[in-house]
Amino acid sequence: MATVPGISAPTAPRYSPVVKTSAAFVAVAAGCLLFADISITTLDPWSEMKRIAWGAVTPDFGAVAGLGMVVLQTIAFALCGVALGAVGGFLLSQVFHLGAVRWTCASVRAIHELFWALIFMQVLGLSPLTGVLAIAIPYAGICAKVYAETLEEAHLPALRSLPSGTGIVSAFFFVRLPDVWVHIKNYTSYRFECGLRSSAVLGFIGLPTLGFYLETAFSEGNYSEAAALMIIFYLLIATLRYWMRPKLVGLYVLIAPFLLGGGAAIDMSNIVRFLTVDVVPAPLRGGGLLEGRTWSGLGDWAGTLLIDQALPGMVATILLTQIALVATGVLALALFPLVSKKFFGPVTRTVGHVFLVVMRSTPEFILAYIFLQLWGPSMLPAIVALSLHNGAIIGHLVGRFSDEVRLRPDSPRGINLYGFEIVPRVYGQFLAFLFYRWEVIMRETAILGILGIATLGFFVDSALADIRLDRAIFLIAVMAAFNVAVDALSRQIRNRLRLSTRAGQA
Amino acid sequence: MMRSRSTLLLFSLVSLLLFGGVTPQAFADTFVFTAIPDEDEARLRQRFNKVAAYLSKELGVETKYVPVKSYAAAVTAFRNNQVQLAWFGGLSGVRARNLVPGSEAIAQGYEDQAFLTYFIAHASTGLKSSGTFPAGMAGKTFTFGSKGSTSGRLMPEYYVRQNFNKAPDEVFTKVGFSGNHAKTIALVQSGAYQVGAVNFKVWENNLKSGKIDPAKVAIIWTTPPYPDYQWTIRGDVDQRWKPGFKQRVTEVLLNMKDPDLLASFPRKNFIPAKNADYQPILDVAKQIKLID
Repeated sequence: MATVPGISAPTAPRYSPVVKTSAAFVAVAAGCLLFADISITTLDPWSEMKRIAWGAVTPDFGAVAGLGMVVLQTIAFALCGVALGAVGGFLLSQVFHLGAVRWTCASVRAIHELFWALIFMQVLGLSPLTGVLAIAIPYAGICAKVYAETLEEAHLPALRSLPSGTGIVSAFFFVRLPDVWVHIKNYTSYRFECGLRSSAVLGFIGLPTLGFYLETAFSEGNYSEAAALMIIFYLLIATLRYWMRPKLVGLYVLIAPFLLGGGAAIDMSNIVRFLTVDVVPAPLRGGGLLEGRTWSGLGDWAGTLLIDQALPGMVATILLTQIALVATGVLALALFPLVSKKFFGPVTRTVGHVFLVVMRSTPEFILAYIFLQLWGPSMLPAIVALSLHNGAIIGHLVGRFSDEVRLRPDSPRGINLYGFEIVPRVYGQFLAFLFYRWEVIMRETAILGILGIATLGFFVDSALADIRLDRAIFLIAVMAAFNVAVDALSRQIRNRLRLSTRAGQA
Repeated sequence: MMRSRSTLLLFSLVSLLLFGGVTPQAFADTFVFTAIPDEDEARLRQRFNKVAAYLSKELGVETKYVPVKSYAAAVTAFRNNQVQLAWFGGLSGVRARNLVPGSEAIAQGYEDQAFLTYFIAHASTGLKSSGTFPAGMAGKTFTFGSKGSTSGRLMPEYYVRQNFNKAPDEVFTKVGFSGNHAKTIALVQSGAYQVGAVNFKVWENNLKSGKIDPAKVAIIWTTPPYPDYQWTIRGDVDQRWKPGFKQRVTEVLLNMKDPDLLASFPRKNFIPAKNADYQPILDVAKQIKLID
């Protein structure tokens, strides 16, 4: 066939780096699937599932005494934790260029709120401060990073037009901050929604929030009560924008500390003991520091922990994370049209929103527990729980983003619109969200460890159950280092693919 | 607009910093106790609030029960002196007394001298009830209860190791920790796990309340008896309240005669206990390396 002048002959397709990266992640996940145990072992899940389903349609709102107070306390913990975290994060964002600050922030946010709470529980007991700090500390780390990135992106033309001699402080408050204020405000309010989830989940380990009663209801099989609690929680999240008005925030934050409730008194000696005895590796306690035996004991201690626990825990963590990451991506791409104005009318979108709110607000922990009943103990319940939860979050964000895409008047419709217009145009943003979520998914695998899936979190939970805090802290440190590494890798990939940094909202 | 908003924000933050860290010292002279969460929380609350009322009346000191979510949290609260008395299981009690020098086991239930663990199996496994250890469990999936439980973890793990000479994860294809006894029953009944180990009292309670379908799950073996639950008190309560306080608490617990209260445990009555009664538990825990 003769070539037409001016049109080059078709060559082998050249894939963009974005496509190649996506393909690589899918391939890795497929490889992980070969090693992961995803068998279904239940023989008779239906009797329990029937009870769960029956509970879901017969919510019992009268079952929890003092439900109003529980809801208020859930909000109060979120408010106090997020307020402290946001202010701390804002202050830290001003010095975020310092390496030490960046690394500190990366490591504190690498540890899930639940584990922070378990650590604080050792020293502060079930005091309200345990819950507030468990939210505030990791959130400060996250906010610091996002605020710093947002401020960096502030428009410079305005800065350049300032008269010479304008002080740094004035420039900051009158030029830089106003420019990004909307973003910071939006991000902080998004953080508050996360804070509500965190606050509820902290109830699982004993704080007086919704999770406390949810855990009880679930572990006792009172599914009607559990359904009532979940519905209240969904309503709380869904109505957030109606009651969380900017003008009222100040008032809320003023009242919140008084709603946290009392708790055990804080004893300085417990804090000292925790720092000077509990976290010291057992072989070093009381052993002479000059004796060889002490150090060989420490070597054995660290070696055993690394080989018997940290290593298998890490393998399980990687398998679960990579599979769940790709499953999350696939699900998000499938779900986002449900809430996108480009595809559906208001009725379908409302249904879509309800579904996504339910999926993203149900703690992964509970999803995994239900699937565990259904399929038995393998990695499958964890994979599905993580991908539903995170897929719903990213689906929601991508859906919102797709609304802003401007279409030609003669754009295709239906599946063609999806495949040839919208997906290609939102794909970069989608990947950015997904890569931001990578680290989050890894952090969440640890939580599922508490349910018995042998990730690093499982071994941390075992060490805490045995009151071996030295081992717990060591394993938490390994977990944190691992998360920081994934975070760094994700940033590198995002930079290479030139994906937006504003995706921190995920 | 923005200005007033940030002023408001600043104001509220200052208030948070001022008041946020205040912890009411509400329990300063209240005698506080807890219990391991081995059962339905509603049931625990009901039971221990009654116990609290009884202790308050008999001791003449305000007494309060605080619920916790895990065995470890109960031990930690006791260790941190946030509770001074606790209804522990065998293992949690041994752990707590190891961590708090001077603390003592003062009373146990009559039944706790000879407590039992049931090994239960799903009907499809074909495992049948027998007087000898069910070696046919090998190669099945298995769930313990809570990681810190005596009847749901320590004793069953001990007998598995003793009979197979191997760690549980080498004996079974999968080993899980359900979290509590009621969940163990639910998971084995659904077949999610084929075999499990459960506290005999919780099994009997659930059988009575109709939560167990005998066609699906049944007992296949019963462990030899071992000492379990006990009341443990901190050694420094005499200084904190009054001389002889510990003795008084012991007497009051042993004199608990209200049949309703006893039935809620459920225990026939309470009898004296001492730390040495739990030596076998400590030995077993050390042997399977749950305690250093």
